[in-house]
Amino acid sequence: MTPFDYQRIPEAAAVPAQLTPTVRPLAGGTDLLTRLKACLDRPDALVDLKASDLGRAIDRVDGGWRLGALVTLSRIQHHPGLRADVPALAEAVSQAATPQLRNRATIAGNLLQRPRCWYFRNERVQCWLAGGEGCPARSGRNEHHAVFDTDGPCVATHPSDPAAALVALGATVTVLDGGGGERELAVADLLVPPTDERRVEHVLAADDVITAVTVPSAPRSTYLKAMDRAVWAFALVGVAAAVSADGEVRLVASGVANTPWRLAGAEAALAGPGLTPEAIDRAAAAATDGAAPLAENGYKLPLLRTLTHRALTAVA
Amino acid sequence: MSRTHVTCTINGDEVEFLCEDDTTLLNALRDEVGLTGSKEGCGTGDCGACSVIMDGALTCACLVFAPEAEGATVVTVEGIADGNKLHPLQQTFLEGAALQCGVCTPGFLVAAKALLDENPHPTETEVRYALAGNLCRCTGYDKIIRAVLAAADYNGSEG
Repeated sequence: MTPFDYQRIPEAAAVPAQLTPTVRPLAGGTDLLTRLKACLDRPDALVDLKASDLGRAIDRVDGGWRLGALVTLSRIQHHPGLRADVPALAEAVSQAATPQLRNRATIAGNLLQRPRCWYFRNERVQCWLAGGEGCPARSGRNEHHAVFDTDGPCVATHPSDPAAALVALGATVTVLDGGGGERELAVADLLVPPTDERRVEHVLAADDVITAVTVPSAPRSTYLKAMDRAVWAFALVGVAAAVSADGEVRLVASGVANTPWRLAGAEAALAGPGLTPEAIDRAAAAATDGAAPLAENGYKLPLLRTLTHRALTAVA
Repeated sequence: MSRTHVTCTINGDEVEFLCEDDTTLLNALRDEVGLTGSKEGCGTGDCGACSVIMDGALTCACLVFAPEAEGATVVTVEGIADGNKLHPLQQTFLEGAALQCGVCTPGFLVAAKALLDENPHPTETEVRYALAGNLCRCTGYDKIIRAVLAAADYNGSEG
C-alpha cells in the first residue's frame, strides 16, 4: 500500500469538486482496501464519504424506493419493506458477501467494485484491464470468467450480485459531479464494458459521486445464485428476474460478462407477458443464445438455463 | 507525514492513539493499543480472523482504516468476557475443544457473539450462515458450530 492522506469533508455536496484521479472517495472500503493493499490503486488522498452527510436513508417514494448511497447491504437485507416490495434486491444483497462485509459495504460502492479476476488482482500481472497488454485469462485459467461477449479485450466478470438485480428492476442512480450538476443514470447505462480509453466497468468521471439509488417496485422479482460454497462465494452464475409495473419481464444474469448481462434472447422467447410453463421452457432454453464460453467455463451454460427457469417460475 | 490522533471506545474504555492515515484498524489495535487478540489471516476480508464489533456491527478490522474509527465503539475478543468470567462462547469453545491451531478462534468468537447478541437461539443453518465470513483452515468447523449451539443453549438455561 502506498501512503495517502485520510480526509473528511462534512458536506457531501462539496466532495465531488475535491475529487481527482488521485483523490478518491472512500465508502465501505470492502473492495477499495483490497485494491490498495494489492497496489492496484495508488491514491494520494482518500475522502471518507461516511464522515459526510451523504445519504443513509431508505425512503419510500412514488413507485418505489430511494436508497441513500451509504445504505449498507445489511440494512437492505433486513428491511421488511424492501424484502416485500423489491425481493430481487433483498435476495441479491442477502447472497452477496459475508456478514462482516455486508455490514460495511454500501449499495453505491457495491456497483463500482472492480472484477475479481485472479490475473487482474495479481499485482505481478499487468493485464490489459490493469493498464498493460493482453488477457491472460483467455488462454489461462478461466473457470470463473465470462461466457458472453468473450471476443472483447477482457473476459473478467462483474462481481456484483445487486447490480444484476438493479438492472432487472430498472433502477437508476443519482450522480453529482464536480461542477454541481446532478444527473440520473440507469444502472444499465452506468455499468458498461471497459474500452481502450476507459479501462473500468462504469462510465463515471473522476469527480462524479453517486448520491442515491432509486429502485422501482417489483414485488414479483427474484435473484437466484449458484456458488461453489453454499454459505458464500462470488457468483458462478446469478439470474435476476423482475416483472415491472407495466408487466414487462426483465432477465439479467451475473457472473457471465463484464457487466450485468441482459438475457435478451430469453426475454424475446417469452413472447408476451404470460409466464406459462411452455413460455418459461422456451425462455430458459434461449438464455444461453449467443454464449461463447472459454475453455474451462462451459459448465456455466446449464447453470444459466436452470437458474433462468427457476427464476421465471418463481415470479410467474 | 504527520500522525493522526484517534479517540474511540474499545472494550468499554476510552482509548487514544496515534497512527499513520494508512494504518488499518487491525494494525492499530495490535500495535498501538496492544490488543493482539484480533489476528490477520488474509488481510482482504475473506477469513474473518480480524473480526471486531464496531458500532454494533460485525466488521473485518483489516478492511477499516484506523482514522475511520474516530468516535467509534469497538469490541474485540479481549472485551467479550465479564471480568474473569468467560463468555458462554469461550466456555463452550473450551469444553468442546472447538479449536485446533487457534488463529481463527478470536474471529469466530466475536462473530458468534455478534450472532447471539441478535439471535440468542439460532438454528444450525443460521449459525453456519452467520459464520460465512470466518474461515478455519484446520477445517474444524463441526466443533465450532456445536460450540456455538451449546452456548446458545447456555443462554437458554440463564433464561
